[in-house]
Order: sequence, then structure tokens, then C-alpha cells
Amino acid sequence: MSVDQATVRRVARLARIKVDERDVPRLANELNSILHWIEQLNQVDVAGVEPLTAVVTMKMKKRQDQVTDGHYPAKIVANAPAHEDSFFIVPKVVE
Amino acid sequence: MTSLTSLTIATARDGLRARKFSAVELTEAYVAAIGKARILNAYIVETPDKARAMAKASDVRLAKAKGGPLEGIPLGIKDLFATEGIHTQAASHVLDGFKPTYESTVTANLWRDGAVMLGKLNMDEFAMGSSNETSYYGNVINPWKRKGSNAALVPGGSSGGSATAVAAHICAAATATDTGGSIRQPAAFTGTVGIKPTYGRCSRWGIVAFASSLDQAGPIARDVRDAAIMLKSMASVDPKDTTSVDMAVPDYEQAVGRPIKGLRVGIPKEYRVDPMPAEIDALWAKGAAWLKEQGAEIVDISLPHTKYALPAYYIVAPAEASSNLARYDGVRYGLRVPGDDIVAMYENSRAAGFGAEVKRRIMIGTYVLSAGYYDAYYVRAQKVRTLIKRDFDRAWSKVDVVLTPATPSPAFAPGEITDPVQMYLNDIFTVTVNMAGLPGISVPAGLSSDGLPLGLQLIGKPFGEESLFQVASAIERAAGVFQAPQWW
Repeated sequence: MSVDQATVRRVARLARIKVDERDVPRLANELNSILHWIEQLNQVDVAGVEPLTAVVTMKMKKRQDQVTDGHYPAKIVANAPAHEDSFFIVPKVVE
Repeated sequence: MTSLTSLTIATARDGLRARKFSAVELTEAYVAAIGKARILNAYIVETPDKARAMAKASDVRLAKAKGGPLEGIPLGIKDLFATEGIHTQAASHVLDGFKPTYESTVTANLWRDGAVMLGKLNMDEFAMGSSNETSYYGNVINPWKRKGSNAALVPGGSSGGSATAVAAHICAAATATDTGGSIRQPAAFTGTVGIKPTYGRCSRWGIVAFASSLDQAGPIARDVRDAAIMLKSMASVDPKDTTSVDMAVPDYEQAVGRPIKGLRVGIPKEYRVDPMPAEIDALWAKGAAWLKEQGAEIVDISLPHTKYALPAYYIVAPAEASSNLARYDGVRYGLRVPGDDIVAMYENSRAAGFGAEVKRRIMIGTYVLSAGYYDAYYVRAQKVRTLIKRDFDRAWSKVDVVLTPATPSPAFAPGEITDPVQMYLNDIFTVTVNMAGLPGISVPAGLSSDGLPLGLQLIGKPFGEESLFQVASAIERAAGVFQAPQWW
């Protein structure tokens, strides 16, 4: 599988990272060289192997479905680049 | 009297308890040493006032003989750990100005035990790197130099600031994190001891996430005993991290110096990579010989899927990173670069905020998780991971620990490795441990032909940290400790 320049633009869009048009060829080359190296995994016979979901076997911890934390909106918005009262400010999304 | 900054944690602890010197004197000695070592660029932020206040409080507790296990010990904290009210940016521009309103569990454990914070340590951006060249705050310099050369070398990464600060004696020990080798590789490059514990031993709560199924915190320290003292305090069972394992934390220091007679040490043939540098091979053989002389049994073993660990890692880690780093969007914290609409604002903020290596990994991760590729990449990589873990599970019926080199080379120069895949190969011996969730320790074992430190790695069974401290102290006993000459 090889990444072309259109794929670089599509992946950048999915990742919400603006990419300069002049950087697209370089990124395509870099991604291809990494993906090419990764492709050696195709040599491994994985038939009948389950994907790993946890490195340490243990019963998943559960907790009561209760509110145990919160009620400090000022702390939540304290680091926001823009906020008003306890709301984050973003560019207009609804006309 | 020897300078206070030359004392290990164990010696300083004894001196403080015997009131030979005060915690404030010890902290002042470190604050002065940090001021003289700024050329190393190990600290992003120094917190001398906070350090003095904490040391003062330590002296009060010490006077009442109520000191904790780390009472008055000055530490450096990797910039990945959230510290309340203090710069926490994962060495990234995207987190500009972020000051958490909460404290990470690991650092809270350290302060509970009496430790003193000297400041926040430099690192590769979001812990993505093996040379500390990806930090927004510039390269960290290794205190070690090649024999007869004045050229700067990298300290390794991503915990490069932690490793340099410990090696240069500008903190007594440091916190670090390890996703693919980020504790053990810089420890090996700087002649220090670094341990990545079993996944689930330290809480990940309040540590900036990179790859959640691989990330673990651990210490970098000057010797094996200090690493054991640090891990005892850092580790805990934490209800705030559901992957934190319900198991009491042992007194690791008790394992240091314990005889290794009869212990079985595995030598995995697949770690003899092609080409294998002669001095790395020789160091590995020397390590095995030291352990044999002390009564251990050396057993040849096979871990057949070793070579696939690194390529599988470069699917799993970027995939998890692309999800974890989606939160940096210019809305809730950090950098915001305006755009015509909200999507343009996200795209501009992330383009300006992330460095080249982080963008590369987010894009790889986004690609391997995108529609149509998920099974071919991510699911296959997780299957390979099962095979890697199975290799180790089988080995544990034959051996108690596994001995390998820590890195394929000593420290290199900044700019020497520019190809991403070549840089990734630095973690070839360390990454299997993260993929299988096992504990691994890097311990200094000798010097290269040009006078740079080299490390050996010991890999343990799940929650076998005590065996690692036991065997690492046997290597340390044979090899000695290594101190960089002070040139700054």
C-alpha cells in the first residue's frame, strides 16, 4: 500500500492538521518509507491469533455509576484560550 | 565534606535524618548547581521558591522525626507530569501556557513522601523521540562527551532532560516515562539507572497521554538502590486509573544486593541483531559472565517474534497517539490560532502547535486507523503483540529474568540521525518490553571505546521488579558506577 499526495491531503484533513501544499511531496515520501518498513509484519503468520487487548490479565475494574467529582467550572475553563463565565468560546458554528 | 549534590538519595536520606545537614541546605546546593548547568538545557522551568518552601517544611518534619521515605530529597519532574499550578506542556508549543489545576498521582505520591520539586524537565515533544531533539524548548545536551572531543551529544529520549539532570547531579533523581524505551535508552546514554515497571504498576492519571496501552512512569536515578527507593514511592494502586493493578507495592530496596545464586538468566538469541556492533556484543557477554560468577545460571532462550516488535509498535503507538492528541484543538487549553471557521481554527492551531515528528506520528496513526486499513494494520499489529507476549510467557518457564543490551549504540551527536526509521531503531531492544507490558531496567555496565556509557537491560516477569533490582545490583557490583566529568 502506497500513499500518494491525495492521500496525504485526506489524512491531514482527517487529523485536522493544516499542511502546506509544498510540504505534501515530502510528507508522502516520509509516510511511505515508514509504511514500507512496517510492511514486514505481513511475513508473520497470524492465522488463529487473537489481537491483544490487555497486557496484564485482570478483571476489569468497575465503579458505581455515580457522580463523585465536579462542580468547579472555573477550574475547567481556567486554561481555555477564550472563555466567558463557565463557557468555552469557539468561532460561530451555527448560522 | 563532599558536596551535597554528590550524595545519592540513600546517603542524603541518612544525612538528613542524622541532621548532618538540613533539607534547605541540600535544596540550596541543587538550586545553585542548576544555575551553573543551564547550558545542558535539562530544565524547562526551575521552581526554586517552591523547592525552598517544600524543603523548609521537610526540615520541620525531620526535626520531629516524622520525615517520609523521601523527606527533603530534591527531584526533577519530567514535563509530562501534571503539576498543579506549574508549567506542564509535554515540551510542546500546542500546550502553551497550560498550568494544570490538579496534580498527577505519581507526583502527589512523591510529595506525600516528603520529596522536594526543583522544576520541570525537558523531553521530546509528547515523549515522541529518541534523542531529545523534538522538544519545543530545544535540545538537551548529554553531560558525557567522546574521549578527546568537545562535540555535544544527545542524552537519548524521550526522557532526555531527566537522564541529563540525574547524570549531571542537578537533581537527586527524576521522574520519567517510557512508551517504547524512553526511560531505559536515555539512562543507558548517560550512565544512569532507569526502570520501566510493569504496565499498571504506576498510575497514569495526570500524565499527558501518548499511547495509553504502552505508557508507564518510572524513575531515572544514579544507582540501583536509588531507583528502588524512587519506584517504591511512585508506584501505587489508584482508583483514578482503571489499569492500575490491585497489588501491594513491595519494599523494592530490600531486593538490592540480594544474592543471585541459582537465579536463571535468559539470553535471547534474537537480540543478536544484524549487524551487531562488536562492543555491544562484548558488553552483553561480559554481563552474562558477571552474573555467572555470582552464581546465576545462564540459559539460552528464543523469543522468535522480537524483530516484529518495532514495526508493530509503529502502528500501535501512533494509532493511540492520533486519538489521544485529538484533544489539542485550541478550545479547552493551550495554543489557539484563529481561522475562518471552527475547522480552520483546529487545523491552524494544530499545524502551528505540533512539531514535525508529532505531526508525522499523528498522520501515520490516522492513516492506519482510517476506513479500510484498520484490519490490515492495527488488528494485525495487535495480533503480533499477542505473539510477542506469548514468546515471553513461554520463556518464563525456563528463566527468571532476561538479559539484553539496552541500546544498539552509545550516544550520538545531534543531527547525526535524520531518517525517522533509523531513529526508531534506537528502541529495538527496549520496545518488546512495552509491547508485552513487562518491567525492564537499564543499568550502566561499561564504557564504549570512545569513553561513553553503555547499558545492559534486564527484563522481568509481570510484577517481577524485585528480581530486576536484585540482578541489576549484581551487575552494578561488578561494573561500578559511572560519573560524567563536569565541564560546564
